[in-house]
Amino acid sequence: MNIKNKFSIKFLAKYFILLGLIFSFSCSNDESQTVTTMNELVWADEFTIDGTPDSSKWNFDIGTGQNGWGNNELQYYTDRLQNIEVKNGMLHIKAVKESYLGSSYTSAKMTTKGIFEQKYGRYEAKIKLPWGQGLWPAFWLLGDDSNGTVIWPQIGEIDIMEYRGQQPTITHGSIHGPGYSAGQAITKSYTLPNNRFDTDFHIFGIEWGPNYINYYVDDVLYNQITPKNLPVGAEWVFNDANFYIILNLAVGGSFVGSPNTQTVFPQEMIVDYIRVYK
Amino acid sequence: MKTTNKLFSKIATPLALLILVNLGCERDISDEAVQATFSTNQTVFSDTFSAGLEYYPYADSKFEAFSVDTQVKYQGTASMRFDVPNEGDRNGAYAGAIFRDDNGGRDLSKYDALTFWAKASKAATINDIGFGQDFGQNKFQVSKRGLRLTTNWVKYTIPIPDASKLKQEKGMFWYAEGPENGDGYSFWIDELQFEKLGTIAQPRPSILNGDNISVNTFIGVNINIADLNQTFNLGTGEDISISSAPGYFVFSSSNPSVANVSETGVVEVLSAGSAVITSTLGGIVAKGSLTINSIGSFVFAPTPTRAPNNVVSIFSDHYTNTPVDFFNGYWQPYQTTQSADFSILGDNFLNYTNFNFVGIQFANPTLNLTDKPNLHFNMYIPNQVPSNFDFLVTIVDFGPDKVNGGGDDTRQQLFVRKSPSIVADSWITIEFSLNGLTPRNNVGLIIFENINFSLLRNLYLDNIYFYKN
Repeated sequence: MNIKNKFSIKFLAKYFILLGLIFSFSCSNDESQTVTTMNELVWADEFTIDGTPDSSKWNFDIGTGQNGWGNNELQYYTDRLQNIEVKNGMLHIKAVKESYLGSSYTSAKMTTKGIFEQKYGRYEAKIKLPWGQGLWPAFWLLGDDSNGTVIWPQIGEIDIMEYRGQQPTITHGSIHGPGYSAGQAITKSYTLPNNRFDTDFHIFGIEWGPNYINYYVDDVLYNQITPKNLPVGAEWVFNDANFYIILNLAVGGSFVGSPNTQTVFPQEMIVDYIRVYK
Repeated sequence: MKTTNKLFSKIATPLALLILVNLGCERDISDEAVQATFSTNQTVFSDTFSAGLEYYPYADSKFEAFSVDTQVKYQGTASMRFDVPNEGDRNGAYAGAIFRDDNGGRDLSKYDALTFWAKASKAATINDIGFGQDFGQNKFQVSKRGLRLTTNWVKYTIPIPDASKLKQEKGMFWYAEGPENGDGYSFWIDELQFEKLGTIAQPRPSILNGDNISVNTFIGVNINIADLNQTFNLGTGEDISISSAPGYFVFSSSNPSVANVSETGVVEVLSAGSAVITSTLGGIVAKGSLTINSIGSFVFAPTPTRAPNNVVSIFSDHYTNTPVDFFNGYWQPYQTTQSADFSILGDNFLNYTNFNFVGIQFANPTLNLTDKPNLHFNMYIPNQVPSNFDFLVTIVDFGPDKVNGGGDDTRQQLFVRKSPSIVADSWITIEFSLNGLTPRNNVGLIIFENINFSLLRNLYLDNIYFYKN
């Protein structure tokens, strides 16, 4: 999610149609579609204890990063209960419109960096997303940087869920690596049929193994990315390093544009659970 | 867009029916038996009228505005065509109609929107388009106001504010549209149907345009809760607001003994005190409220007793009034005074709010008050008399030129000072002699004003007249 691509709609549409075709050839619509195969739970947060999220599982990124976390994002991330809180069995990440240390919005971002990192596995979260122009929630993985000796995009990035608040029916699944980052990321969008992501909880997941990453929403496997999808000669960076989990709700930034007068604040990304299997 | 008149009389409806027969719209009379539940048929028009659908143009509209077009269509074999007349069209000033299910209505409760494809012969904005108008109570009427059309086929969505209400709805579709800048044009609608899209969310109902309004009022006054809207976020991410009938809302009063509110959103003030009127739609609290501050029984001004032929009246329900040019000249830039005139049981009152000064002009004709040498008026100050109350009345004679200004005007100033007789929430009778104004045969203006920084902001006036004893 560092330094995001600016899709033109035309580009996105073309891409969508193309992948849609592939999808319809490669995945049958029968009921017996196998969505997941890894079922041994290795890590989870069910968000059962009210208050601040479990510090034995999570770090917080604070502030505005460089250039709005590399994407001209507008929010200041805090670890205050106003922005991130577990209550009634759910994690609430709340974007608030307020003047705070030079920013116009506050929100929260948390990671498992240095606490839980793993190569391969099935990562899934059950999330109810926010809505409105300029909201940008994400559930993603980033490769360990070996104490800063490896830099993005070489470290690899797997975006399990990205979403634009102004497109409440569409989620995006992407990978970034050397030669296929930012605007050239390998992405597929999935449109929820006759439904939207801000009215109820949906499961966003990947199943990641040697030379493949499968993307699913609820019980629909909507994409598989393998080294064959990369540009000619590009390196697959997802068979080596351990990756950690990130969960955040950005406001504004190059992927979504700024909120407008119709955007309703505060907005919440509500997470029922995050589970990792192998 | 010309504002169209959507009212229709009961007499007009049979006329519309008659025309309908002449037009010979397609209809299926194939009802076998009355069904236990109402039809859930989602189609309104697709190539042809759906079962039970009938066309009823408004009595004062151009009846021929609607036709079925087999040349232009989004898909299938035909579309609905609407020809909006030019300004001055002898057949009707605007296009407008309802399309009603005459098989007893339909159960639309499983759908969430009326959708259709539409295009126009030029970019245009339809005044009103929606559903729920049935020439009956129109209990669940919905309108998308100002729907903008392009010359390309575009799919439009008009959400249902609360579908659980529509178990037996007859009003399938209605529209009203006048000429644009005097010119008529045509638009087409196709694939008109109710759908369950599943992507309409984030309902945000509002009343009174979402404002919290406070009014000072009296027992017996009825106030209509207006500007009822429901706003949704569509699957495309855009917001849409639709004007929604009171039937979708549940109104409540915080103090029903002070103010009661009906199912249709009419507030009736019953006693002195305060009450807040709020509402919900589909269980969601609507933005906006009306706070009623009831002063109690309205006390009418004392009934004048002078004989009519001894009086020249400016403003009274008890005499025939002389022609008045204006009761508030809205003199720019220094005047702040607004008018909130009202009537109770047929008795009219002038109400000046945010008062600093105001003029009442009656110069067509000017008045000859040579033999009516006195002024009378009644004043009511709600709530509280300001401690620095100081009120000036100026009577202006316009002189031989009979117009304000011109160098020949004369005037008399009459001072209403603070005194024990100036009290709040009671009618005060004020009378002055105009003997200081000579001549007074072209009187044309009364000015009321605060002087010496008086903070009087709100007053009612009644029975303003000149008289002789």
